[in-house]
Amino acid sequence: MTEAGFLHAALRSRNLVLGLSLTLVFAAAALVSFLWTPYDVTQLDIPGKLQTPSASHWFGTDHFGRDILSMIMVGAQTSIAVAIVAVGIGMGVGVPLGLAAAVHRGSLMDEVIMRGNDLVFAFPSLLIAIMITAVFGPSALNAIIAIGIFNIPVFARLTRGAALSIWTRDFILSARVSGKGPARISIEHILPNVTNLLIVQGTIQFSLGILAEAALSYVGLGVQPPTPSWGRMLADSQTLISLAPHMALFPGFAILLTVLGLNLAGDGLRDILDPRIRRTGR
Amino acid sequence: MSLLSIKGLCLSIHGTEILKDVFFDIAPGEICGVIGESGSGKSLTAFSVMQLLPRGAETSGEIRLSGLDVLAARESELCRMRGSDLGMVFQEPMTALNPVQTIGAQVAETILIHQDVSKAEAMARAAETLERCELPNDRFPLGRYPHELSGGQRQRVVIAMAIALQPKLLIADEPTTALDVTTQAEILRLLKRLVDEDDMGLMLISHDLAVVTDLADHIVIMKDGEVVETGEAATLHKSMQHPYTKALFEASGHQPDRTATRIEAPLLSVEGVIRDYALPRTSLLGPPGHFRAVDAVSFDIRRGECLGLVGESGCGKSTLTRAILGLDPIQGGRITLDGRDIHSDAEVRQKMQVVFQDPFGSFNPRHRVARLVGEPFYRLGRSATEAEIDDALVSVGLTPSDKYKYIHEFSGGQRQRIAIARALIIKPELIILDEAVSALDVSIRAQILDLLVDLSVDHGLTYLFITHDLTVVRTIADRILVMQNGRIIERGDTETLFDAPTQPYTRRLLDAAPRLPHV
Amino acid sequence: MLRYAVKRLGSLAVSLIVASLVIFACIEVVPGDPASFMLGINAQPDTVEALRNELGLNKPLVERYFSWVGGLVTGDLGTSYTYRSPVSEIVSERLVISIPLALFALSLTVLIAFPVGVLAATRRGSFTDVTVMGATQLGVAIPNFWFALLMVLVFAINLRWFSAGGFPGWDAGFLVAMKALTLPAVALALPQASILARVMRSSLLDTLSEDYIRSARAKGLTTRQTLWRHALRNALIPVLTIIGLQFSFLLAGAIIIENVFFLPGLGRLVFQAISQRDLIVVESVVMLLVFAVIVVNFLVDLAYAWVDPRLRGRA
Repeated sequence: MTEAGFLHAALRSRNLVLGLSLTLVFAAAALVSFLWTPYDVTQLDIPGKLQTPSASHWFGTDHFGRDILSMIMVGAQTSIAVAIVAVGIGMGVGVPLGLAAAVHRGSLMDEVIMRGNDLVFAFPSLLIAIMITAVFGPSALNAIIAIGIFNIPVFARLTRGAALSIWTRDFILSARVSGKGPARISIEHILPNVTNLLIVQGTIQFSLGILAEAALSYVGLGVQPPTPSWGRMLADSQTLISLAPHMALFPGFAILLTVLGLNLAGDGLRDILDPRIRRTGR
Repeated sequence: MSLLSIKGLCLSIHGTEILKDVFFDIAPGEICGVIGESGSGKSLTAFSVMQLLPRGAETSGEIRLSGLDVLAARESELCRMRGSDLGMVFQEPMTALNPVQTIGAQVAETILIHQDVSKAEAMARAAETLERCELPNDRFPLGRYPHELSGGQRQRVVIAMAIALQPKLLIADEPTTALDVTTQAEILRLLKRLVDEDDMGLMLISHDLAVVTDLADHIVIMKDGEVVETGEAATLHKSMQHPYTKALFEASGHQPDRTATRIEAPLLSVEGVIRDYALPRTSLLGPPGHFRAVDAVSFDIRRGECLGLVGESGCGKSTLTRAILGLDPIQGGRITLDGRDIHSDAEVRQKMQVVFQDPFGSFNPRHRVARLVGEPFYRLGRSATEAEIDDALVSVGLTPSDKYKYIHEFSGGQRQRIAIARALIIKPELIILDEAVSALDVSIRAQILDLLVDLSVDHGLTYLFITHDLTVVRTIADRILVMQNGRIIERGDTETLFDAPTQPYTRRLLDAAPRLPHV
Repeated sequence: MLRYAVKRLGSLAVSLIVASLVIFACIEVVPGDPASFMLGINAQPDTVEALRNELGLNKPLVERYFSWVGGLVTGDLGTSYTYRSPVSEIVSERLVISIPLALFALSLTVLIAFPVGVLAATRRGSFTDVTVMGATQLGVAIPNFWFALLMVLVFAINLRWFSAGGFPGWDAGFLVAMKALTLPAVALALPQASILARVMRSSLLDTLSEDYIRSARAKGLTTRQTLWRHALRNALIPVLTIIGLQFSFLLAGAIIIENVFFLPGLGRLVFQAISQRDLIVVESVVMLLVFAVIVVNFLVDLAYAWVDPRLRGRA
């Protein structure tokens, strides 16, 4: 697809436009919060605690009187950073593994990589986080490592599966006739043909990463106070839920809308990028 | 009174007009061949009769099948008609059967849907029907699954499903296109026999004029959604009026104008080449078995000649190609190009290039034509210059500006030209054409064959022309090798081999190949 | 079929062995000396030595690994340092909550997802399809523990239909106990059901565009007959994979959801163990959960062979 055709199709896809807009709102909130937030999130204001939403505090305040909107903006930094690094780990390790396994299909190396992948799948990121925390104590790094490790087999499998089908195509034979070796073919011919899949899977893993980070922080295995994080904020709200339900509502919506945005964007991208789906008009 | 009558059939899908005023009749017991190239609307005509059209399809006109007004019929009437009055056989036997059901259950289903019989009786009748379709029950029990059968055998199951209730009309949509030539002949003979036995009407759809002309009573030629010519099969080549029909006959029997300029020195010699594949282990301890795909094959190609290598799928010709190109190691023998061993001396491989069959899979869709065509230069350690790319494109009848495009912007025939340009660009001496024209419509195929002949003269090229299609190889090859089960079983000059084959297998191949009456 | 099962059983055993090695290495080797780790930096040297003896840490690594694995096989998971009682006892008390919760959630997931997925696929493009798919899009994006909090807010605090948390025990009666598990199970199931319904829909749509569906229609089957006899079973193949994966998400999710509802299940146990640095409990619980995931995936592999005859012949 040409660049102009891509842009045209992108603008026509309702999912993609809505999803990207939502994602951009939160990305912008995270970026702005580096420079400015309505209130300082480290500033406690005990007399002004548990205020309901008002003109001065749009989303109200928490049990320490901190401004919830400001905390959500700073929390977006945490969520996005953790998810980006975790997807980066997954792609950075998983894609080369998948490409290598496809080159040496059926070899011992392929077998070891794939069995290793299966094994990692038996450890949901929560279990990895539990083990790391039990030994090293809780930290944001745990969340990143735990989610990142779980992402590796996702990308490795996807890449291997797609690469295997591309290796059977005639243009690979052509490249071999021209004397190109497996590494060069993987980079020149295989990788460009799997990037679409990787982009789509990347957005999905990104949204799963945000969900996982929130869950880990919620149970105290991820980001530690005082760093604001959406999961942490929900954990704080739990005991006060009947007293101050707004504390639970806003961070929850932040997670919901970010993940929704990323998923919609992923679906939209898949519709445009996956020629198989485009052809059948689904 | 006709069995099927189509009048003024128009079809549009999502507003795009596909069929325009299609008309023809089929009488009981008559075989009607419907011919057209891809996109001519022949398959959609069949699906209109079945009323199994894609979403968004709108039809008008009239289709009557033994009295039933198909276009006006309710869905329940259509369900009663499909399978009992009207059976259908599809092009792709590999995907036409449900992979998780046994063949017996799938044939019996046709009976169970339409008749109130017990499951046991339906199975017994399914067994009979499979026998009629030449799948004897002792070798192909009802409990077999589709993946345990070959393509030709699956196609017989599909036919059994279609004829289980002895329908009045059978529609066969390219039933043999995906099959080998000998299997094709068997399936066609089977269809003919069933039609005679049951006095069925048969609508035989094909892109191949020769396949249909042998068998059909009546021929309908379609182009761009319209019927352009109809006539008796036996006399159509004399009575034809429409220029497209004439072009079709001309292209099918197309003989490129060539003069052999053969020099006796061998360019490529293949001596006793053996290629084994390891089989998956069957037992944990025993040594892994192997399959000998190429078994002590020897031949020479002389400079300037075109050598045809003919064989059916699985005979080892693709494996041999890969060995000659140096892509796979060989387990015995020697391959030399211009006197140099291609396995120990990789540099000599720059003197040969290859063109593959699939015009859609031969190019990386993410690269522009300039990069695609320039790829062989990798072996020379430099990239192609603009001028070299332009020359290559011009020499295959394209324009220099095409180099900025992506491959999906080209038609099948144009892609095959680009594949030839890619093969030509580093000025090789030998080009291996691996089923290079097999996927093309006949008219396009004729153009590509002409191009190949012109290029061989202009550039002094030698060809190894690998194909399953005897008609094509006869028009272009100087000498022919026939391959079966990994061995070369017969070789000789083209005319000698065609006129007086010595091996029974060669004779069978030649007999199976459909032939057109001489125009 | 038997050979396939045996082969799968073999890879199940290998997975379990490697998993146990990984867990053992992470918990008992990486921290250096688990005993001083468990007691903290202020512990007296002789207390540490006593614990080392109690845990058998003075034995060589290989021997410790084998005695741990031997214990796992015989059901002896060692003694919890903080609870002063056998880990197997503590764990089995918790399992009677966690396992029913996960199974309850899994059944809900399947029961919701199948009809919804089939409905959406058969009415593709209709109002129903668009609405249902919109709803699943929300379901996929919602964090389950937040959804649980919202349900507590609505059904426990405002409507007072359910209690906000706690578990009365199975002794209080099956229905009473199940009622206490209902909100947690729904919170776990809805997001997973949304995912499964989407997979079901797209798998069914893929299947419905296959050639053999056209063959079935050509035999005279109605759309409905084609769906039931030909499409569903084929569509199930990718759906099974997802169900297998979802089981591990449900287990992990259960650990988190137990926290929202103050259910005394494995989740509560493991978090308490972490805060008390009781490595023996953490090790056993993690191994148990990994065991469950691996076994479920083995069952999914067997189910594959049941659905797809092409796999049976292959070893």
